[in-house]
Amino acid sequence: MNQLNMFAFGIYPYLAMAVMFIATWIRYDREQYTWKTSSSQLLEKKQLRTGSILFHVGILGIFFGHFFGLLMPKEVWYFFGVTTSMKQLVAMGAGGLFGVICFVGLTILIQRRLFNPRIRATSKPMDIVILLLIYAQLILGLLSIIVSTGHLDGAEMVRLMTWAQGIMTFNVAVAVDAISEVHWIFKLHVVLGMTLFLLFPFTRLVHMLSVPLQYITRQHQVVRQRR
Amino acid sequence: MSHLLDKLRFFKARKEPFANDHGVTTDQDRSWEKGYRQRWQHDKVVRSTHGVNCTGSCSWKIYVKDGLVTWETQQTDYPRTRPDLPNHEPRGCPRGASYSWYIYSANRLKYPKVRGQLMKLWREAKAKHRDPVTAWESIVSDPVKAKSYKERRGMGGFVRASWDEVNELIAASNVYTTKEYGPDRVTGFSPIPAMSMVSYAAGARYLSLIGGNCLSFYDWYCDLPPASPQIWGEQTDVPESADWYNSNYIIVWGSNVPQTRTPDAHFLTEVRYKGTKTCVITSDYSEASKFGDTWLAPRQGTDAALAMAFGHVILKEFHVDKPSAYFTDYVKRTTDMPMLVMLEENEGRLSGGRFLRAADLVDNLGEDNNPDWKTIALNSDGRLTSPNGAIGYRWGEKGKWNLEQKDRNGELDLTLSLKDYRDGLAEVAFPYFGGAPHEYEYFQHTEHSDVQLRQVPFKTVELASGGTAKVVTVFDMMLAHYGVDNGIGDSSRASSFDDNVPYTPAWQEVITGVNRADVIRIAREFASTADKTRGRSMVIVGAALNHWYHMDMNYRGLINMLMMCGCVGQTGGGWAHYVGQEKLRPQTGWTPLAFALDWQRPPRHMNGTSFFYNHSSQWRYEKLNMTEVISPLAPKEKWNGSIIDFNTRAERMGWLPSAPQLGTNPLGLTTAAAKAGMDVKDYVVEQLKSGDLKFACEQPDNPKNFPRNMFIWRSNLLGSSGKGHEYMLKHLLGTKHGLLGKDLGDFGGQKPQDVEWVDDGAEGKVDLWVTLDFRMSTTCLYSDIVLPTATWYEKDDMNTSDMHPFIHPLSAAIDPVWEARSDWEIFKGIAKEFSRVCVGHLGVEKDLVTTPMHHDTPAELAQPYGVKSWWKGECDAIPGKTMPGLTVVERDYPNTYARFTSVGPLLESIGNGGKGISWDTKDEVKLLRQLNYTHANEGANQGMARLDTAIDACEMILTLAPETNGHVAVKAWKALGEFTGLDHTHLARPKEDEKIRWRDIVAQPRKIISSPTWSGLEDEHVSYNAGYTNVHEMIPWRTITGRQQFYQDHEWMRDFGEQLCSYKPPINLKTVEPVLNKNPNGNKEIVLNWITPHQKWGIHSTYSDNLLMLTLSRGGPIVWMSEIDAKAAGIEDNDWIEIFNVNGAIAARAVVSQRVPEGMSMMYHAQERIVNVPGSEMTGSRGGIHNSVTRAVMKPTHMIGGYAQQSYGFNYYGTVGCNRDEFVIVRKMSKVDWLDTE
Repeated sequence: MNQLNMFAFGIYPYLAMAVMFIATWIRYDREQYTWKTSSSQLLEKKQLRTGSILFHVGILGIFFGHFFGLLMPKEVWYFFGVTTSMKQLVAMGAGGLFGVICFVGLTILIQRRLFNPRIRATSKPMDIVILLLIYAQLILGLLSIIVSTGHLDGAEMVRLMTWAQGIMTFNVAVAVDAISEVHWIFKLHVVLGMTLFLLFPFTRLVHMLSVPLQYITRQHQVVRQRR
Repeated sequence: MSHLLDKLRFFKARKEPFANDHGVTTDQDRSWEKGYRQRWQHDKVVRSTHGVNCTGSCSWKIYVKDGLVTWETQQTDYPRTRPDLPNHEPRGCPRGASYSWYIYSANRLKYPKVRGQLMKLWREAKAKHRDPVTAWESIVSDPVKAKSYKERRGMGGFVRASWDEVNELIAASNVYTTKEYGPDRVTGFSPIPAMSMVSYAAGARYLSLIGGNCLSFYDWYCDLPPASPQIWGEQTDVPESADWYNSNYIIVWGSNVPQTRTPDAHFLTEVRYKGTKTCVITSDYSEASKFGDTWLAPRQGTDAALAMAFGHVILKEFHVDKPSAYFTDYVKRTTDMPMLVMLEENEGRLSGGRFLRAADLVDNLGEDNNPDWKTIALNSDGRLTSPNGAIGYRWGEKGKWNLEQKDRNGELDLTLSLKDYRDGLAEVAFPYFGGAPHEYEYFQHTEHSDVQLRQVPFKTVELASGGTAKVVTVFDMMLAHYGVDNGIGDSSRASSFDDNVPYTPAWQEVITGVNRADVIRIAREFASTADKTRGRSMVIVGAALNHWYHMDMNYRGLINMLMMCGCVGQTGGGWAHYVGQEKLRPQTGWTPLAFALDWQRPPRHMNGTSFFYNHSSQWRYEKLNMTEVISPLAPKEKWNGSIIDFNTRAERMGWLPSAPQLGTNPLGLTTAAAKAGMDVKDYVVEQLKSGDLKFACEQPDNPKNFPRNMFIWRSNLLGSSGKGHEYMLKHLLGTKHGLLGKDLGDFGGQKPQDVEWVDDGAEGKVDLWVTLDFRMSTTCLYSDIVLPTATWYEKDDMNTSDMHPFIHPLSAAIDPVWEARSDWEIFKGIAKEFSRVCVGHLGVEKDLVTTPMHHDTPAELAQPYGVKSWWKGECDAIPGKTMPGLTVVERDYPNTYARFTSVGPLLESIGNGGKGISWDTKDEVKLLRQLNYTHANEGANQGMARLDTAIDACEMILTLAPETNGHVAVKAWKALGEFTGLDHTHLARPKEDEKIRWRDIVAQPRKIISSPTWSGLEDEHVSYNAGYTNVHEMIPWRTITGRQQFYQDHEWMRDFGEQLCSYKPPINLKTVEPVLNKNPNGNKEIVLNWITPHQKWGIHSTYSDNLLMLTLSRGGPIVWMSEIDAKAAGIEDNDWIEIFNVNGAIAARAVVSQRVPEGMSMMYHAQERIVNVPGSEMTGSRGGIHNSVTRAVMKPTHMIGGYAQQSYGFNYYGTVGCNRDEFVIVRKMSKVDWLDTE
């Protein structure tokens, strides 16, 4: 059991991130024409509009929730006067809300991808796999809210924060130790999350790295010099 | 180096703002731009074109990148025209631009393929028999084995094979068939040589060397207008599209110029800017309609009625009331209007008989050479004369076959009307056909008697026989027939255009539905323009008129208008018929190559329509009785035979060719004759007379006479032109079919008289069907062997058109992909294998070839009077006179390959020629030896010029043809000058030293040189226009009078009441009644006329399986119908509908459109049955093609032979496969079954 924990929560995260970084780099350098959202809006747009907006709103909320929730040291939270149990409640409330929004959007997108013949025919296997994986991950996340109602003190959450921060700071032993006792749903959620990182470079998810945010600030006209 | 690292140079990146910070200059990576740049980069551009049957011959740039053809664009480097004429560009339509899709598409044929069942049998047989010929025999002589692979045709199951294996199989089959049944049991069909002439020649050369038949296509496609040979003695000759720009009045009649002549349409647009007025006549609202200042929409199939009414107005106003000096002079000099016709008496009534001939007159009027063939006119001084130019002057004497207004006694001024010379008025009976009601009452009739009586001024002449004859001029007959009053006091003629007398504008209203005022106005505009401009009024005409049973009436009607107005042979005037002929410009250079005339003559030619009608057993289902279509004045009992009877009579009389020819193997006849101690010709004649030997056409169901081997190349016979598709599937192929009708035996119809009837009609007559194509067409689907051929971007070949004056190459941009080979290489390979496999079975053999009496040879004078059957003892059987000619041809079978690949000796010993003239070609053959080098090795072709590659073959054509070799052109004009007595060499002298070679045309399409093969000039001052040299060089038309014929005097023409043009309504094919409401599916059934026009969403008339085209259209078979009919049948746009009659059934989607008039349904032809075709509810098999509901019917007047212009010529005259008189039942489908488990 210990070896399994060690692999799943001590080694696998590094493996997943290494693959994510290296493969992303390779793809960005060598396969620029594949770096795209592969939008199917041309083939179907009514469902896409609802599904995609709901999904993106939800997933972005969840993403930032996880990012700050897991990686911000608890000292910072305390400094702002946020107690662990308050944070737990916020996480459940906001996470639940965004989770449900995301769930509705994703359900529409999956229904569309699987059962619209034009979309289905133009889907690559990975398009379907990644959607279903995110769906599974989302459901696990929503289930974890129910688990969390059993310990509103936030202790479980602290363990996960400790694990995440331990991984980021290379305190592998501390990290693995912290997570070994959490509910299996959380564990499954974490492993699947790492798997999403692992698969990231091989899917259309790479488009999130190219969100054209610079359009907001850059000059109206850009002249690229010959060099 | 790395896009990612580049992105991360945030602090090092240079950024210089400008324009108050509105812009910024950066040094960001720009390598992504390569993607856009490389998109249009390419390694080379090669000139080629699309060898599809579209007469376009457009020059295209083919782009090649990394060894792959990527795309094509229009070339823009044609030689310039003249200052006052737009240039030829742009040429090339968007459909052509989609062609490169085929090369790498899934539908591309990549390897030779054989049907699995046949392959299994062949390999088993090969294991048992060492000799491939014996192996083939073991398969086809076993009925169980033969049936086992024939019934699988069209059902898939192809397996890949090697070239060596298929070549051996094909050669073995050809050798066995030749040896067992005769070489004329091997047949090939390939259309339109001009679209890729070397590819055509490859197969034709192989077939001709072994003695096989080449089938004609122009008549089978029903693109041949029989009116043209009837009127001019010319297959088809038309103006180039640039000449439209010289016209001042254009009628576009049943031709959809923007859709089917897309590359040429700009001339029509441009000339309208110049001020030319246009009238468009189409029954549907076609794309051409918008080109018209006026759009007239006559009911389809009634165009002749409209033309007659136009003619009525023109005759009345421009020939009678205020005669145009130009028109009068023109018809006097160039038409048969002044010629005298004898009135013949029939049951007390006089009607138009044959032309008066010199032989009828005392002392032959001084003409002792061919007096039977010299027609007579009345000179203005009152004497009878035999003017120069009649066909009798063409043969047997020299120097008087011309259109000078002369006879042996000097200058002439011929009399048009006998009004002022008359001995009296005769009451002449004219047949009228417009009174017959139509079965479905779609076509309207009028209440006039079927015989119209008119008073015609006549003269009495004394005959050599001692009697007298009443004679009239064609002009007077025309006025009487058209009902035009010329003041002789004939009250039966129309006194005004509003009289309801045939053929006034008022009369036609009921039939065509066109307003009489429009008819009068258009006729006046048309004629007065021609009068003022000396003939610059033109009619552009297309298939819409020509695909009817009485197409010759439609055409003669409008050609009459042009002749009345002096338009034919004048710049900017005349008929412009553009239907599939794609003019083979270097024709006389090509014929020796194609038909191996350099080795042996004559070749075996066969008219396609009669062949398919006969061998697909369509005659076994014939319900059209000839008594329904003949003249009311003709003897009915003479015409109670079946159509096939008249065809076999025509074959036996030497009018039409036969294939197979005799009811025995022609290779054995010489030996049999020797055994009997007789000359072979005498022997054959005796055998035929005794009845021991029959013509093959008398016993089509006898296995000896089956067309055992078929080659199809450059054609989609079964998916496109095959009228009677389901009959072909059943009888030729012996596979699953959708025929719904019964044959005459089961039906109790009248069986043929001269053709042997067998109760169980033969099925699966063809033993081996080989198709060459680059795509899996419907025809390939049904073949036993499919050979992958090169596309138009993968081979060297040549292409010419009647639409522009250039000769154009197809050249290989890339080598044929996968295992494909060019047609030339494929047939070369088969010839090589044949030469190997035949050893021990065939050696040097004597083959007896029969030939009909050909046009442009002295044989066209064979039968001046009457129709006589030698087998009934009405005349003696004389080969080449009363029956087909007989020639022994020596074939050296083991040297077939050696002969195929070298230029043979006959060009030096006999020379070359065409259309009745010939010239010496020693210099040209010598040049070919230098150009192509010679065969050095000992053998049958040692020392002869090589013909190894397709380019060698191109050089042979170009060197021998007057159009591409100035020296030959001068020789040819000189040869013609001997006939006419006039010097024509000035037409070619300026270009005498010009020689167009293969690589010249690859560099740029070249304008050709004027040649007597054609009736127009390739000139710097005038555009090409048909009949130009007839009018301006005084070269006669190749007709009985030497002039343009308003009048046709052959006995059969008279029996059909077609001496003069009439309106003849569409015929009744009786294909609907037996199945109407007999097999209900719950939806309403309606009856509609069936029209199969050209594709919009396909490459010209074919190739509709192209993904780009399918995407632009509806992606599968569609049928157009009117809103009214759709509503009546409860059909909505895009519904699945079924179309059927006794011939078969089609499943398609409905296009409900305002374009279509009530009562008409249209299906663009050649929509492949391989794309989105569900099963038919009626037949239970996959839904058919447009020809599943059609069947060919033939018109005996097209069988006439041995009679001047009505003599056989390959693709020149013969039966045509019409299809527009057909009616079908249309209903909504209740269940669409895709037969996915089939």
